[in-house]
Amino acid sequence: MSRDTQIREQPKTHEVRIRVNGEERVTEVEARTSLLDWLREAIGLTGTKKGCNEGACGSCTVLVDGRRMNACMILVVQCEGSAVTTVEGLAGPDGELHPVQRAFSACDAYQCGYCTPGQLISAVACIEEGHTGSEEEVREWMSGNLCRCSAYPQITAAVMMAAEELGR
Amino acid sequence: MSSADARTAVGSARTRIEGPLKLTGAARYSMDNLPPGTLYAVLVGATVASGSVVTIDVAEAKAVAGVVSVLTGEDLPPLGPVLEFPGAPVKKPMEGDQIHFEGQAVAIVLAETLEAAEEARPLVSVAYAAEPVVLPGAGERQFLGAPDGDGTVWWPYGQPFARGDSAAALESAPVRFAASYVQPSRHHNPIETSGTLASWDGDRLTLWDSIQASMLLPPMFASVFGIDPADVHVIAPFTGGGFGCKGFWMHQLLAVAAAKAVGRPVKLHLRRGDQYNATGFQPLMTQRVELGADAEGHLQVYRHRVANITGMVETYLEAATEVKALYECPVIDTAQEIERVTVGMPSPMRCPNEGPGLWALESAINELAHEVGIDPLELRLRNYAEKDPLTGRPWSSKKLREAYAEGAELFGWHGRPRGGRRDGNWLIGTGMASAVGGTMRMPGTARVRLRSDGSVLIETDVQDIGTGLQTLLTQIAADEIGVPIDNIDVAWGDSALPTTGPIYGSSTMHTGSAVALACRELRRELAALSSLADPIEAVRAAGVEEVVGERTSQLPGGVEVDHDGGSTGFSMRTFGASFVEVAVDPMLGLVRLRRAVGSYSVGRIINPKTARSQMLGSFAWGWGKATMEASELDPTTARWLSKDLAGVHIPVNADIPGDITINFVDEYDHHASPIGAKGIGEFGSVGIDAAVAEAVFDAVGVRIRELPITPKRLLDALA
Repeated sequence: MSRDTQIREQPKTHEVRIRVNGEERVTEVEARTSLLDWLREAIGLTGTKKGCNEGACGSCTVLVDGRRMNACMILVVQCEGSAVTTVEGLAGPDGELHPVQRAFSACDAYQCGYCTPGQLISAVACIEEGHTGSEEEVREWMSGNLCRCSAYPQITAAVMMAAEELGR
Repeated sequence: MSSADARTAVGSARTRIEGPLKLTGAARYSMDNLPPGTLYAVLVGATVASGSVVTIDVAEAKAVAGVVSVLTGEDLPPLGPVLEFPGAPVKKPMEGDQIHFEGQAVAIVLAETLEAAEEARPLVSVAYAAEPVVLPGAGERQFLGAPDGDGTVWWPYGQPFARGDSAAALESAPVRFAASYVQPSRHHNPIETSGTLASWDGDRLTLWDSIQASMLLPPMFASVFGIDPADVHVIAPFTGGGFGCKGFWMHQLLAVAAAKAVGRPVKLHLRRGDQYNATGFQPLMTQRVELGADAEGHLQVYRHRVANITGMVETYLEAATEVKALYECPVIDTAQEIERVTVGMPSPMRCPNEGPGLWALESAINELAHEVGIDPLELRLRNYAEKDPLTGRPWSSKKLREAYAEGAELFGWHGRPRGGRRDGNWLIGTGMASAVGGTMRMPGTARVRLRSDGSVLIETDVQDIGTGLQTLLTQIAADEIGVPIDNIDVAWGDSALPTTGPIYGSSTMHTGSAVALACRELRRELAALSSLADPIEAVRAAGVEEVVGERTSQLPGGVEVDHDGGSTGFSMRTFGASFVEVAVDPMLGLVRLRRAVGSYSVGRIINPKTARSQMLGSFAWGWGKATMEASELDPTTARWLSKDLAGVHIPVNADIPGDITINFVDEYDHHASPIGAKGIGEFGSVGIDAAVAEAVFDAVGVRIRELPITPKRLLDALA
């Protein structure tokens, strides 16, 4: 069965202004490009990881205007004027680790490290949202981030530790 | 710090040295690389599980802007022999038109962008001549490894074993118990799907790969592409979870072949859905256990039959009968079968062999204890094996009795409330099970450099799958050389470094041992150069830039692998016990883990912090297996029903409580390795399912013999 084999046109690109880890960027992207693929393949911020590419695992979690979101589920063109924070933007300008990063280290809250960037970002947001009243609450609000090495008890402990340090 | 007082690094809870890389996003996993000119690859997989390809029309896919090529079998370069590795497939990809399982690759789309490749993938038009699929229960069964020479022994585990007349012993036993236990197919589901980035420069190949065993790739690609293994450069420092599925698979070969075909680097990051058919799974298994005992619960006979599914052309045996050394028993009779169905090749998964085997054996032991009216722990102590019941050999080391006692104490086993204590809507139950693990040893190699500035560099081609291995190597070297641990760094994850064993588990044994031996050689070299006791002062006094030790940790007899002690004269196993408390809601069929204790006799613990994480993680795997994980085949198409992390249940944070205590018995196994350690990698996952099933029985009085223990199964059983 033969089909028409018209050349499919190169999709149009769109100009987007987006702030990533404090750095203002102006980029030309196709409307279909996800924030995740753009971060990783276009601007080389590979700390954000692709696990499922359909919003089920949380390993691509980033902050968009302060809210945690799955970067695989957002298009870059939706981020016009937004500020995005990835794992590369957590540490201070002098390289000093964020309290959440330090707590993850102290509690051994990671193993292979692949889900860790998403866990860290999610933890920062979880603390900011005020969902650290108890271990049970942390477990619930960190359950959007899968960890197949299953460092869950250590992740929970790390979130509690960082929340205390941050006065939450 | 002198060498005498420095020996405190091993056994200390060191923090992971690679932590800063993983915590800042700087750790580079294979798919974080992007050499100039890289093309993005997407596989096109068969939509039928059985049949043949009639035509492939790539015109429409090729017409997508940005698509550079769509390769089918005839576009690939000629492929030489695929080497046979245990647990890895051998059937060449995209060769011939036969389809043996869903998702079998039939074409590769290559494009300048990932978006273009994804757009083109569904436009590859493939016509199939479908044939009937073969589903579990209808496949051809094959007996493996008959002792009289019938059948084929596929690998050392799972061979039949028979001592005594099991039929007669079962006939005459005062107490008999028999039951069948089922566990479903399950997938590894690492959060990082597999990925290969291949780049050719003439006959030289560079690979960035998501792998647990990089040493497999140079010989493999040398064979397949007719090049020198020394010209295959594998870069694989970080692997985002393996759990058994990241050895050699055909997507790696296809990425390399595609890169050769188009003359550009090719990056193939498996889509989540593709992973389900590309890198194996733990196969559906049915097991029957028959036990005979005297009235006091002393085992007289143990018979164990196992069948697992495998592919139509690829053979995998899940050696569940390898639990047969757990108890003293005069008559033992075990055998295994495979069943060929239209699925891809299964593979080892955290934890293979004993993981499935203990689900059956330990469930049966718990049920026997109930029949005889003895506490499950007491029944196990009455059948304690003081030496290997199969060979009569002494154990290299076994402190299971201590593990039982310490675990029971930590859990409060002996004073526990029994039988369905109520807490609101929940009924509370407790259960336990033993754990036994095989010891597969392999050689490892490492080079250690002590420089005149006092720094030490360990060089070895391990991959980091999350066990904390590099940190452990620095601890071993600190004690062996006698230098401050902060002076020590590790270079890893590059095939230009000394080739070492695979990182499936037990890698501390092979590479940790190699580091210890290399350090000892380094000290001997140093002693020849200087009489000073302090190694840093000695290397300075010697006036050399560095002193180097490089050693391979050989096995007795120079073999490439030995099992459970090999030719040492000892039997080597790991041992342990798990104790769990669950809550069951009998109205809704829900099961929740409340608290647990894992207590282990596993040799010397190099780093209690990372070891605890390792055991906690595998404990969670045990919980997932017991209560939620299952990969279902569509009953008409033999396609996996859910090929995504939304439809496949695996444990999330809310499933795993903080109250899990991991206990290691103080132990040093002098025979297992030069560092006293044995493998612990996946061991925390074994036996949890049987302990949970026992706890559910204790809570609500029903036995579930088919995993996972879902609400539906529980409600059906309670109805």
